[in-house]
Amino acid sequence: MPKRTDIEKILVLGSGPIVIGQACEFDYSGTQGLKSLREEGYELVLVNSNPATIMTDPAYSDRTYVEPLTPEIVESVIASERPQALLPTLGGQTALNVTVALAERGALERYGVELIGAPLEAIRRAEDRQLFKEVMAASGLDLPRSVVLTDPGEVRRAAAELGFPIVVRPSFTLGGTGGGIAYNPSDLSQRVRSALEASPVKKVLLEESVIGWKEFELEVMRDAKDNFVVICAIENLDPMGVHTGDSITVAPAQTLTDRQYQEMRDDARAAISAVGVETGGCNVQFAVEPSTGRRVIIEVNPRVSRSSALASKATGFAIARIAAKLAVGYTLDEIPNDITRKTPACFEPSIDYVVTKIPRFAFEKFGREFPLDTAMKSVGESMAIGRTFKESLQKALRSLEVSRPRPKPPSEDRALREWLGTPSSDRLHRVRSALEIGWTPGQVAAITRIDPWFLHQLKEITDFEAGLRAGGKGAGLGPESLLEAKQMGFSDGRIGRATGRTESAVRALRSRWGLRPAYKLVDTCAAEFEASTPYYYSTYDGLSEVVPSRRAKKVAILGSGPNRIGQGIEFDYCCVHAALALRELGYETVMVNCNPETVSTDYDISDRLYFEPLTLEDVLGVLDLEKPQGVIVQFGGQTPLNLATPLAKAGVRILGTSPSATDVAEDRRRFGALIKRLGIPAPAWGMAKSVAEARVLARRIGYPVMLRPSFVLGGRAMEIAYDDEGLRACAAKALGASAHPELLIDRFLSDATEVDVDAVCDGRSVFIGGVMEHIEEAGIHSGDSACTLPPHSLTAGQLECILEHTRKLALGLKVVGMLNIQFAIKDNVVYLLEANPRASRTVPFASKATGVQLAKIAAKVIAGRPLKSLLPPALLRQRFPDLPYAATKAVVLPFVKFPGIDPLLGPEMKSTGEAMGIAGDFPGSFAKSQEAVGMHLPASGAVFISVRDEDKAAILPIAAQLRQLGFTLHATANTQSFLARHAIESRRVFKLGEGKPDVVDLIKQRNVSLVINTPGGARAKSDGYAIRRNSVDFGVPIISNIKSCQAAVQAIVSMRRGPLPVVCLQDRYKSLPYTVSGV
Amino acid sequence: MVFNTSMTGYQEVLTDPSYKGQVVMMTYPLIGNYGITAADHESKKPRLEAFVVRELCRRPSNWESVETVEAFLRRNGIPAIERVDTRALTLRLREKGSLRCVVSTADDDARRLVRKARAAPSMAGADLAKLVTCARPFEWDEPLLAPVDGRPVVPGWPLRFPRPPRVAVLDFGVKAGILRCLVSMGCRVSVAPAQTAAADLLALAPDGILLSNGPGDPEPVVDAIETIRALLAERIPMFGICLGHQLLGLALGGKTFKLKFGHHGANHPVKDLATGRIEVTTQNHGFCVDLKSLPDEVRTTHVNLNDGTSEGMEHARLPVFSVQYHPESCAGPHDSRYLFTRFGERMLAGVTRERLIAADGSAGGDDA
Repeated sequence: MPKRTDIEKILVLGSGPIVIGQACEFDYSGTQGLKSLREEGYELVLVNSNPATIMTDPAYSDRTYVEPLTPEIVESVIASERPQALLPTLGGQTALNVTVALAERGALERYGVELIGAPLEAIRRAEDRQLFKEVMAASGLDLPRSVVLTDPGEVRRAAAELGFPIVVRPSFTLGGTGGGIAYNPSDLSQRVRSALEASPVKKVLLEESVIGWKEFELEVMRDAKDNFVVICAIENLDPMGVHTGDSITVAPAQTLTDRQYQEMRDDARAAISAVGVETGGCNVQFAVEPSTGRRVIIEVNPRVSRSSALASKATGFAIARIAAKLAVGYTLDEIPNDITRKTPACFEPSIDYVVTKIPRFAFEKFGREFPLDTAMKSVGESMAIGRTFKESLQKALRSLEVSRPRPKPPSEDRALREWLGTPSSDRLHRVRSALEIGWTPGQVAAITRIDPWFLHQLKEITDFEAGLRAGGKGAGLGPESLLEAKQMGFSDGRIGRATGRTESAVRALRSRWGLRPAYKLVDTCAAEFEASTPYYYSTYDGLSEVVPSRRAKKVAILGSGPNRIGQGIEFDYCCVHAALALRELGYETVMVNCNPETVSTDYDISDRLYFEPLTLEDVLGVLDLEKPQGVIVQFGGQTPLNLATPLAKAGVRILGTSPSATDVAEDRRRFGALIKRLGIPAPAWGMAKSVAEARVLARRIGYPVMLRPSFVLGGRAMEIAYDDEGLRACAAKALGASAHPELLIDRFLSDATEVDVDAVCDGRSVFIGGVMEHIEEAGIHSGDSACTLPPHSLTAGQLECILEHTRKLALGLKVVGMLNIQFAIKDNVVYLLEANPRASRTVPFASKATGVQLAKIAAKVIAGRPLKSLLPPALLRQRFPDLPYAATKAVVLPFVKFPGIDPLLGPEMKSTGEAMGIAGDFPGSFAKSQEAVGMHLPASGAVFISVRDEDKAAILPIAAQLRQLGFTLHATANTQSFLARHAIESRRVFKLGEGKPDVVDLIKQRNVSLVINTPGGARAKSDGYAIRRNSVDFGVPIISNIKSCQAAVQAIVSMRRGPLPVVCLQDRYKSLPYTVSGV
Repeated sequence: MVFNTSMTGYQEVLTDPSYKGQVVMMTYPLIGNYGITAADHESKKPRLEAFVVRELCRRPSNWESVETVEAFLRRNGIPAIERVDTRALTLRLREKGSLRCVVSTADDDARRLVRKARAAPSMAGADLAKLVTCARPFEWDEPLLAPVDGRPVVPGWPLRFPRPPRVAVLDFGVKAGILRCLVSMGCRVSVAPAQTAAADLLALAPDGILLSNGPGDPEPVVDAIETIRALLAERIPMFGICLGHQLLGLALGGKTFKLKFGHHGANHPVKDLATGRIEVTTQNHGFCVDLKSLPDEVRTTHVNLNDGTSEGMEHARLPVFSVQYHPESCAGPHDSRYLFTRFGERMLAGVTRERLIAADGSAGGDDA
C-alpha cells in the first residue's frame, strides 16, 4: 500500500521533560519519526514541552508547540491547527496517556482527528492490566496469575489466591512508578495503597510472582498487511524482579534454542495482533521459568520505547523511522532498509556481535543506595558492542564512567548471601567478589537467579584477570596474553593495574606488538550484503573494515556518554548541533559516543559514528585511525572536557578553547587571580585540605559558606554550612567525594538572585546568547532552578554589569566557542560565581527561546568562522537577544521514585529534566512551565503555609494575595498567629504530635491544593520533612522557597484570567526584531 | 565453505544433511550457549565437513541442554575451529563467492593445506544426495514438539482430513523438521531413498509426494529427475522443498544455476505473490532454479525481496508446487508452515475426490 494521501497534516506528540523511565530515547525516536514523515511531504505539528530536544528544533516540524503536554493544551493546538491525524506512538507513555485523555474528552471526535500508529483500543488493551489479561488469555497466551484491585480492602483475599511474594503494579504509570514487590501482608497493604495513589485510573494489579525467572524482550514491527518482523531479541542478565530499565540487557538473546525463541516469536505475533497494534513498532516482554521453560507474557507496549531505541542502535535498524512510515500506510516491503539501501525493511536483522546495555544510577545524589525492584530508578545507560559478551560487557562497564571502590563482601555467610541476593546498582561487583572468593557460578546463580550462562562468562573474566595478576607481571605479559586480554575487553588501564604497569605502558606494549583495535561495521545483516552506513565499533578481531577518508576538513566530536543527573540530553543536543553545523561548513564529522538513547548516536547525524566508550584509550583508538584535524570536547559536558588535557598530551589537537584555558577556569587559584585582574567581583573564597583548615577559613570568610570539592559535576557533594558544627560534617563528607582531596570554600550569598549567562566568543568578540534569571535564590543548584528569559527583575545597571563581566571574562579566558557563567546579585553587586568554558545545560533552552542556535554558532566559530559573520545583522546591533515574550524553564525532580528521601533542593543537583513555558509575560510563562512539569498550580482551593521565621515577613504579601484570590489558608499555630497579627485570616492546623487531624492528614486527604513550606531549623526539620514527603507522595504541589511562591502567585493570577494562548515557535520567532535561521 | 547468518539454531545447522560436502561458518560469534538438546536434531548425525566459529561456549545453560557442542562434535568426529575472525571471512566469501576450504587439526603446513583445499571437490556436478539419503524406506511418526502449554504448534493443525493422508517423502537428505511438520499436520509419513523408482513410490498408495531438501548440485541427480517426471504424469500432488524444488524445476524442463555465495540464514523476506504477505524464511541453498527457463504453465509464486530471485513455483494444471526455502524452518521463524497446509489442501482435494467416488456422493461430513 503506498502512503496515504487523504492526510496532509499530522499532529505528533513528544514525551515532555526527561524523567526516570522516560528519557531522551524519545527525542531520538521522535526526531527520526518527524524526519521520516517530512520526507513524505506531510505538514507536521508537534507538541512537546522539552526545549532540550532536537525534536523541538523548529526545523523538524512546520509548527512546533513547546507547550505543556496536557489534554487541555493539546486540544487547543488541535483546535487551531486542525490536523487530520494524530500520531501518539513516538512520545512514550506521556503521549499515549494524553491521547487517551483527548479521546475520552471527545476532542478527537470533535475535530475529526484520526489516530494513526496505534488505535485507541490497542492503547487501552496494552495499558489496562485486566483488559490485557483478557485478550492475551483469549488468544491462548500464558500469563502470570493475577487479581485486579480498586479497593485496598480486597487485599487479603487476593493474597490468599496468589501467595507471596506478590507483584504490585499500578495501571497507567511511567517506569512502574508506585509499583513494587510485597513479601508479607502488611507490606502488601501499604504498597497497594501507594500504588492506588500513583495510578491515575486508581487501579492496581496484583500478580503471581515471576521474580527470578529469565526475562526477554522482543522488539517487533507489524504493518497494515499483517507482515511481521522481529528487529531484536533482548535477554536481561538481571532476572525478573528488576525493572528492565534498571537491568543489564544483552542483544541478541543468548540462552534460548531456536525452537524456544521461535515459539516466543509466535507468541509475540499473536500478542500484538490480540492487542490490536495494526502498524508500527512494539515491545513485547516475556518471562521464562528457568527449569521448565514455562513462558508467560508480561507486557506489550504499542509504541516506540527505551528498548526499541536500544534495539535500533544495537542492530542498525531504524525502528522509529520505519514505524512512522507504516503509520501513514506504507508496508514493510515498500520501505528500503536504510543501511543496505538495496534490501527492503521487511526482514529480521542478523547481527554478528554482542550488545550490552548497562544502566547508570545516580543514588549518590540522594545520599543512599536503593535496592533494585520493579520501579525504575536508573537515570541513564551506556551501550557497547563487542565480538563476544565479555568484550561488550567490559566496554559497556567502562562507558559508565563510574569509578568507585570495590565493595567489600561481608565475611559472615548469612550476611554475604543477603548482600549477594539483593539486586543493587553494584551487583556485578558483588558477583565478581563472590566468584573471587571461590563461589561457583552455580552457587551464585542459586542466590542471584542470574542465569549460569552469564555467571560462567563473568567467571572467565575474573579467572583471566587473576591469571594476569599472578603471572602477567614483567615478562609474563606477552603478545598472546595481551591480545587475549584485549579480546576479552580489558582496558589498558585494568591490564596495567593487574600487571603492575601504567595505562600508558600497556599502550606502549600494544603499539610495539601491533595490537590495535579493528573497527567493524554495524550493518543489520552480518555482512551478507554490502552496507553503506558508516556505523562502527571496535574489537580486537583481526580485520578492520574502516577505510578512513583523507579529507583535510575532518573533525571529531566527543559526546557526553550515559545520561546522569547533571549531564543529560542538553549536552547531546549541543553535540548534535555541532555535528550539523560543521556538516553545513563542509566538514566531515566523526562522532564518538556510547549512549544508545541519544540523537547523536543516530547514524545519519555525523559522517561516521563510532559507538565507543569515552575513555582516553578508546577515543585515541578512533583518532589514531581517523586522524581528524582536531577534536571538539566542549559540547558533551564534563566527560569529554576531562579528556581534553590527556588527549592534548597524546598529541591530539583540541579545537576551540584550549585545554589550558579550561584548566584556568577549573583551578580556583588561577581563576581567582584572573578575575581579580579583570576586576570582576567574586564572593570571598579559599581552599582547604582538612576539616581544621576549613574551619579557620570559614570563620575568616564569614558564615554561611558553600563547600565543594574541586573538579566535580552537577554540584556533587556541594553543601552550605551555617556554623562550625555544620561545617565539620559537610567538610568531612566533601573531602571523601573527590579524587583531589581539596575543598573549595566560598562565602555563600544568601537570598541573592542568581543569573546564568550563555555566550559565544571567537577570541575577538563576544555574543551573549542569553541572560537567564533564576527564580530560586542562589544556593539551589542552577540545574534545579527555574529560570526565565529575558530577566524579569534585573535593573538596567545590573544587566549592563553582567554583559560587561561576561565580555571581559570570555576574552580574558581566551574562549573560542561556548562559555557559561553564573552570577549572583546581592545588594546591587554582581558577583561572579562560576565560569565554564563549554556548552551548558541552558544552551538548548536559550537557543529555543531566542531562535539563535548557540551551539551551531559556537561550532562554526571553533571551525574558524568569525562570530560576526554568523549572526543576523539585526542581532549584531543588540547587546543580547531581547524578546517580546517570556520563556521560563522549569525542572522535574525525581523524588517520587526515591521513597523516603527529603524532597528538598540544595546545592546538589537532583533534577532529571526540564520543560519550557512561553507566554506573553513572565507570569504566564511560569504558569505554563509549571504545568509542563506536572506542578499543577491551583486556581482556587486551600493553601497550607508553614515557613521559617526568616521568611515570615516575605510571606505576608503572598498570603494576603492568596486570600484576596479567594484561597483558604491553613497554617500551624506559629504561622497562623503571625498571619492573624497582620490581619490575614487562616485556619490553624495541628503540627505532628499536637493532635489529630494534623497537617499530614490534611495533605493525605488532599484537603489542600498547594503546600508552601520553607525549611527551617532542626525541630522544624522533621515536621518539614513529613510535610514535604507526604506532599510528594500524595501529589500535592509543594513550593519550598519564597521567590518561587511569589512567581507562583503571579502565575495563578495570570491563569485565572483565562486559558493561556498557545503559539508555535515559528510564529513566536516572527515577532523577533531579527531573522531566525533554520526554521 | 559457506556462512550461515542464523543467530540461533546452530544445532539444526549442524544436523542438516544439506550441509554435506560443506564447511559451515556461523556469522553469529557465540555458538554453543544452550548446548545440544535431545529434541532439535534434524538428522541422526552431522553431515557437514567442518564447523567454524568465533567463540565456542563450554558452559551452556538451558533447561533442555543435554551436552555441549564440543562433546557433540567430538562424538561425531566433526573438526571445528574457533577464535577465527568470522566476519572477515564472511566478507571474503561475499566478495569471492563460496570458496574451497580445508580445516585441519593434523597438518599445520600452510602450503600443503592450500594444496589440499585446491584439491577439494567442487559442489557443482557432484551428486551428494546419494551420500545422505536413507539406505532403506522407513515410516516416521514423530510430531513437532508441542510447546509447554499444549497449544497446537501451528494454528489449525492437525488438519481435518477425512482420513490421514499418506505422504511419500523422496529423501535427498530430508530434515526431521519437514517430517515432523507432516506428522503434526495429520499425515502418515513414508520416507523412501532417493533412488526409489516412481512405480515403487506409487505402490505405497501415497496421497502426495514430498521432494525433500538435500545437499549440492541438482543436475547430477538424474535418476530422481526421471522419477519426478514419471510422477508428474500421474498428476499426484507434489511438494518440493529446496533441492526438491530444484529437481522439480529440472524435471519440468528448466535449468538451474549456482549462486555466488548462496542463501544460508533465517532472515530472508519472501513475498507470496498470491496473498501479498511476506514471510521471513529459512534459507540454505547454493543453487537456484532459473524460472525463466521453465515452460509458461509453470508460474512463480514466491519472490525473495532481498535479491529478487524466484523462491517458489507452481504448475498451472498439475497439483504440483515447490519452494526454494525451508517452510519447516528449523532453524528459523515459523512464518512459512502454511505451505504444508497448502500441500495438505491439495492432498485433501485428492482424498475427497477419491472418497466421493467410493462413497457415492456422501463425502464432506467432517470437513464441510
